[in-house]
Amino acid sequence: MATRDVKLLGTWSCPYVNRVQLALKLKSIEYEFIEDNPYNRSEILVKNNPVLKKIPVLIHGNKPVCESLIIVQYIDDAWPIGPSLLPSDAYDRALARFWAAYTDDKWYPLIKMLRQAEGKEEKEAIIAKLAEGLILLEDAFVICGKGKDYFGGENIGYIDIVLGSSLAWLRVTEIVVGVQLLDQTRTPGLAKWAERVISNDVFKDVLPETKKLLELHEKIQAFIKSST
Amino acid sequence: MADEVILLDVDISLFGMRVRVALAEKGIEYEHKIEDLVNKSQLLLEMNPVHKKIPVLIHNKKPICESLIIVQYIDEMWKDKSPLLPSDPYQRAQARFWADFIDKMVYESGIKIWTTKGEEKETGKKEFIENLKLLEGVLGDKHYFGGEEFGYLDVALITFYSWFYAYEAIGEFSIEQHCPKLIEWAKRCMERESVSKSLADPHEIYDFVLILRKKYGIDQ
Repeated sequence: MATRDVKLLGTWSCPYVNRVQLALKLKSIEYEFIEDNPYNRSEILVKNNPVLKKIPVLIHGNKPVCESLIIVQYIDDAWPIGPSLLPSDAYDRALARFWAAYTDDKWYPLIKMLRQAEGKEEKEAIIAKLAEGLILLEDAFVICGKGKDYFGGENIGYIDIVLGSSLAWLRVTEIVVGVQLLDQTRTPGLAKWAERVISNDVFKDVLPETKKLLELHEKIQAFIKSST
Repeated sequence: MADEVILLDVDISLFGMRVRVALAEKGIEYEHKIEDLVNKSQLLLEMNPVHKKIPVLIHNKKPICESLIIVQYIDEMWKDKSPLLPSDPYQRAQARFWADFIDKMVYESGIKIWTTKGEEKETGKKEFIENLKLLEGVLGDKHYFGGEEFGYLDVALITFYSWFYAYEAIGEFSIEQHCPKLIEWAKRCMERESVSKSLADPHEIYDFVLILRKKYGIDQ
């Protein structure tokens, strides 16, 4: 079977891009990574994602697929050989989609908001919301993981990819703001899961190093300051 | 063992309507429980503790939340009749992309039309029409978004049709004027019993919207 061209438009520091990289790696799919600067969108990006003009974009045999959650599901559908990313049971699949949507719509946006928050009160309000969310995710881990190492059970699955990709910026935010968001006492299952994920070879290969992300964060902050 | 299917819902919810359409397409019998969103039932709070929203499908005591997730679940559980999602992975990704677009962009711009006034309302109208035009382009000359067969994306969008009357009356514009092919498509969908029996009455929706606008002083 001929391997069709697989290209990924993205940038190393974007967790939505990291998700797609994780999915491709787990399926052992070779691809060309095309670095796209989110502050200076390339022609190839605009051509392949004219509606939203956002990364990541997966281009498979010249056909673009956009939006990270949709891309990960596409990868699972288009490459049925190899480990399944989504659960095989329809109900477990619905749960996986639910928690992925929750992470994206409700929880993950709080991380960037926390970094950008000014003032103690604003920060504390966001930290409280993040903590509430982590407790919900801890419960989700118990239900979805069914006592195993990952949300996907014995193997890395959809929620592991979606939530796991947020860990890099979560660590940076903890350092920058000076707060521990994910801790052993409040959410022990999740804390252990996070340690397991960041020491996993596939994640280590894809997720950006904390040091590099911190440097990027500082560059962005300096840029924002200089332009105001 | 017979399946027990319960839908927690509210008549005018375009999200709830999606689930009704999907269940009807599959010929699934279910108990339709109408919620009072001001006094949410214990059942709703237990079945959707995270968002406390409808629709919630309860299948053999297990809850599934979020309308598009529910529709996909229904399609996967009852796969022998009226498949909704395309079988081709790329077409499936496209259907999911546009359904997501509808939820984020079409829904938000629609909300702006009936919950705001002045410039914000006009912006909402402009964005709403642009978004519908994009979808009209996706439909092209096809019978349905799913091609020859009614599918996932048709389910995702058709329920908005019940809200068009309210958007048009408050926004003072005609959707048909801007998107005639989309309206043709909508009328085609309405010929399906699964759709005509599931969508709420547009006048009921308009009355509800007027009440809310008056309550929050948006109608001045």
